[in-house]
Amino acid sequence: METIVVSGLISGAGLAPAAADRDVSTTVTTTLAVPNMMCGGCLRTIEQALQSTPGVGAARANLSSRRVMVTFQSPQTDAPELVNVLKAAGFSSAELFETSAPAQTTFASGLLPRVGVAGFAAANIMLLSVSVWSGHASDMDSSVATLFHWISALIALPAIAYAAQPFFTSAVAALRGRRLNMDVPISLGVILATAMSLFQTLRGSDQVYFDAAVTLVFFLLIGRTLDERMRTKSRGAAENLLSLKATAATVIGADGNARQIQARAVVPGMQMLVAAGERIAADGIVTAGRSEIDEGLITGETLPRLVNPGDRVHAGTVNGSAPLHVDATSCDDNTLLAEIARLMLAGEQSRGRYVRLADRAAKLYAPAVHILGLTTFAGWMLAGSGWEQALTYAIAVLIITCPCALALAVPAVQVAATSRLFGQGIIVKAADGLERLAEVDTIVFDKTGTLTAGELRLRSDCSVADDRFVAAARIAVSSRHPYAQALVRAARDRGWLIEPRVGVREVAGSGLAVASAGGEERLGSAAWAGVAQPRRNDASLWYAQPGTEPAGFCFEDHLRPDAAATVAALRLAGYDVEVLSGDRPDAVEQTARAAGFDRWQGGARPDAKLKRLDDLKAQGRHTLMVGDGLNDAPALATAHASLSPATAVDISQNAADAVFQGERLGPVVETLKVAKAAHRMALQNFAIAILYNIAFVPLAMSGRVTPLVAALAMSTSSILVTANAVRLRTMTLTLVPVRRSGGEQA
Amino acid sequence: MTALAWLIPAALSLGLIGLAAFLWALYDGQFDDLEGAGWRVIEDGEPAHSDLPKSSADGKADGQH
Repeated sequence: METIVVSGLISGAGLAPAAADRDVSTTVTTTLAVPNMMCGGCLRTIEQALQSTPGVGAARANLSSRRVMVTFQSPQTDAPELVNVLKAAGFSSAELFETSAPAQTTFASGLLPRVGVAGFAAANIMLLSVSVWSGHASDMDSSVATLFHWISALIALPAIAYAAQPFFTSAVAALRGRRLNMDVPISLGVILATAMSLFQTLRGSDQVYFDAAVTLVFFLLIGRTLDERMRTKSRGAAENLLSLKATAATVIGADGNARQIQARAVVPGMQMLVAAGERIAADGIVTAGRSEIDEGLITGETLPRLVNPGDRVHAGTVNGSAPLHVDATSCDDNTLLAEIARLMLAGEQSRGRYVRLADRAAKLYAPAVHILGLTTFAGWMLAGSGWEQALTYAIAVLIITCPCALALAVPAVQVAATSRLFGQGIIVKAADGLERLAEVDTIVFDKTGTLTAGELRLRSDCSVADDRFVAAARIAVSSRHPYAQALVRAARDRGWLIEPRVGVREVAGSGLAVASAGGEERLGSAAWAGVAQPRRNDASLWYAQPGTEPAGFCFEDHLRPDAAATVAALRLAGYDVEVLSGDRPDAVEQTARAAGFDRWQGGARPDAKLKRLDDLKAQGRHTLMVGDGLNDAPALATAHASLSPATAVDISQNAADAVFQGERLGPVVETLKVAKAAHRMALQNFAIAILYNIAFVPLAMSGRVTPLVAALAMSTSSILVTANAVRLRTMTLTLVPVRRSGGEQA
Repeated sequence: MTALAWLIPAALSLGLIGLAAFLWALYDGQFDDLEGAGWRVIEDGEPAHSDLPKSSADGKADGQH
């Protein structure tokens, strides 16, 4: 999936626009993602705002998936306009950026109907079985018991054939691939129990386990449904976030009119108009205009790059100071992006297939179960009972050991952990992500946008007289250049009222100027402000008034507020932490020191990042990569586990195992805490399941298990592991120190 | 024992009715938005959007109709 997204972005050619012909009125249905739809009030506001828009036929909001489905007449209105309508109503929204099949179809057509059927069958068979069991105590006729068994068979056979299919298909797939997963012993247990019960029903015996087989399927389906729902929800939320980032592009048609289309609908050859402050939608070559481009997301570099006509610009970068005309091009020849795509492919392959905890358990468990079954059969044969008796006991062993609790042990914990993280704005996307996160012992951070907020801020050691500061801010407020905006933010933070100056002109790559008494006031680069030899060469913005000494402002990309605390907490817990950034080494050093790192590397290109990760892997480390830029994407795909902030480029978000939202870096600690706790809980659940087996397998082997005992034992163990897992949702967690198998301590 | 002749079919058909109701609700899209449905109940005003693709099942034609 990731690769497709990459190639889509790199070629710059997405899907064709949904409504290509604009002459005929067509009804179009589209889905908008509205991530901050939180309550019933929002639901109503959104639907009403959309329905009162001319051209909209119908709108239905879905609060669970935070999406609105809108039907509208195509030429009268379009998706960007609907987004504007919602913006006016106070909701940021975007047309859904679909990375996979629509989430909800899997919901209705997938596991839930099977859960319903299994539930029906389990309830009714249990009704009949309980009658038979209590009949043993009272005086039930054996013919009535046989009748009840036949009715049970009639319900159980079709129900199992339908409801247990997911287990059968998964088991068959695993066996074909010469692997063992948990579904193999489950399928075997269910099939053998059903077959033997049918045989016993024919014989008129009372060793009938239809209830056990169906209840098992019912419980396991519930676990699997919850797991899938959580994953669908996470994936949907991740798609919503990505949709918001997918920007609209303004293209200039052949007739010279500008219109807005979706960024992914831009094809090579289109002429794009990029306003100052806008994100560039597709790769291309500048044909007109001169501006500065913020390429932080691509290269990790915080300082903007000056572009002139003829220069290349990349999708995802932000246009700083002046409008640009950009010719969209395909970019096979683009070295950086092509290289990243190649590295990502390599990274995904090198990560290889991770064997999940449950499957590792199955690898040990399945042979053990079968050996126990065989031993029972052989033992009773040797003891001289008939083959029928021996087979009955052997199958009772298989039913008792059928891994109901074991199969629930991991999914139940995963659901609890994922939903706990989800509530804190951390979206775990990869199914095995939590398991891999739990094994991490080394954490590699990217700098720009990960350790830092990716936003320039005035440095506190930069002292400029208040009156001149205000004067500079009054000029800066008319520009969208990152420096100018940072200056205005700083001024506003001090509580000053910024009144915009009239007649400010902007010269791209140089700065701003405004006419005033006695000459021109200038704000911009050192050369622009007429500073011959900057006294402080770290000042990047200068303000010159006629007749006075120019004042310099210096900026830094400020750390996330809790970066230092987070790093300290991680180091305290024994994690090795380091910074690996594509930014200039001196900038990296400064940030790394401020955040409390003692190991860093700057100027790392994507392949250098990969090399570092490979080195760590060679040392036997399990590395967590935390990054947001395009240049981090290959590293995110390669690392043992990966996290990215929700502000990351789409490729990086797709490559990451989990995405965290918000200003803070704390979610990294929280994710690790929960992942480790989930790992602990899964092991606890395995222990419960194994204890249960130790208690009941001897009973089964000695031939003392009746259907009643089997039913009780299996339900109790399932409920125990689920109840244990649910504790994870509310438990107070602390970051457990890393256990290291070897290697040096940082 | 004749009681069984009608009690068992009665029990089974009650179960089947429940199952049918569940499956109907599922395919009708009533489980599509569990959070939103709770809020819609307490909304004032007439139920809007009657001409809508109610569920994802009939909304699958995600383009021109």
